[in-house]
Amino acid sequence: MTKVPVRFTHNGREKAVFADGGDNLLEVLRRGIGDLSPKYGCGQGTCGTCTVLIDGEPYLACLTLAVASEGKTVDTVGGLANGPDLHPLQQAFMDHFAAQCGYCTSGMLMAAKALLDRNQNPTRYEVIEAISGNLCRCTGYEPIIDAVLTAAERMRGGYGSNSMGRAG
Amino acid sequence: MISVETFTNADQAAGALGPDAIYHGGGTIVMRTLNYGEQNFSRIVRSTDSALKRIAIAGDRIEIGAGVTMSEVIASRDLDFLHPVARSVGGPTVRNAATVGGNLFAEHPYGDFATALLALDAKVRTSGGSEQDMESFLAGRNSFNGLVTSLSIVRPQGQDFRYRKVTRIKPKGVSIMSIAAWTPQSAGRVGEARIAFGAMGATPLRAKEAERALSDKSLDRSSVEAAMAALRGDFQPPDDALASGWYRSEVAPVHLRRLLLDEEVAR
Repeated sequence: MTKVPVRFTHNGREKAVFADGGDNLLEVLRRGIGDLSPKYGCGQGTCGTCTVLIDGEPYLACLTLAVASEGKTVDTVGGLANGPDLHPLQQAFMDHFAAQCGYCTSGMLMAAKALLDRNQNPTRYEVIEAISGNLCRCTGYEPIIDAVLTAAERMRGGYGSNSMGRAG
Repeated sequence: MISVETFTNADQAAGALGPDAIYHGGGTIVMRTLNYGEQNFSRIVRSTDSALKRIAIAGDRIEIGAGVTMSEVIASRDLDFLHPVARSVGGPTVRNAATVGGNLFAEHPYGDFATALLALDAKVRTSGGSEQDMESFLAGRNSFNGLVTSLSIVRPQGQDFRYRKVTRIKPKGVSIMSIAAWTPQSAGRVGEARIAFGAMGATPLRAKEAERALSDKSLDRSSVEAAMAALRGDFQPPDDALASGWYRSEVAPVHLRRLLLDEEVAR
């Protein structure tokens, strides 16, 4: 069986890879182009750790057919920081100890980014709703929710979406 | 190895289906099967036909393309009565992928949207233009080998349509059961009630005994209590990891009462 070419924009850069027909996007990201930042968790749409943004909207990379990503923009947590400058969400996760084992963090950050990209003043319930497809078995969720709200507050305060956002 | 065939025309995609192929809508069912190596197909067929994404008003009916996602349902003002249903399906990531058509094939205990469509007496249109009612479609879905192209429903009036999903995990969880009720009323009395339950059988099912108990009655505590009693004859729910069949049978009447009488439940 011949492989099929898949071209998409990955964290701002054009990429082209050859994929097997049934490959999911997560395999193409991790094995095809070496972006190990989105994680493989359950493989059935329950845990959310493979969450990436496709054309700005959150999707599960493990349930996305790779060839369906042709021509689209795919953003992963690996592209969130701007060089040494953490994204406000990443900084807030650190400040609130919102990661313990860290396995959910890649998906949590991208689910939260999808929310803050369209709503920089979310309510607590809107944050809960935004991460409702992402499981965390360590934190009890409260530090994560607090971190997202803190990041939103810092971003409203004039921090750019890719600038360091630590509150003084 | 799996091959993927993409068609710009839905009828052509339907024509490419066969015993070795599966149709890929949003991927939440097909990709999970692939990830677990449980596929019994070697070809994936998909379509980019824009007709599958259309939401159209035709007279008193609304036609929803089978490829419309849960997120697109939520974004549609014409489908406001279905917003609570679509919101109850998964989290944002699942809702961005999961389609209305795909939900018809979601196995127990999934298929909450199909439960609502069953209560709303949806007509299922398949490739080639043939149409059948939701109840018979669900009964025969395991042997269906075509392509669902759209679903058609009558827009319910006012508060005539109600929906509730019962889960153990808040705000999102898999259904212990989902309940949808369409109770069109005239002169203070329910006409022909349609009540559907999800996760109470292999597919969403109608509660026909409970429906009969409500028909031609005013929707009040007395008629609802009669429906609760009648409901006990409607289902033989299965045991699963979420709940036993006994538990589902015991709590179903309570959840039906809460739904029909609009009783508040803590979120």
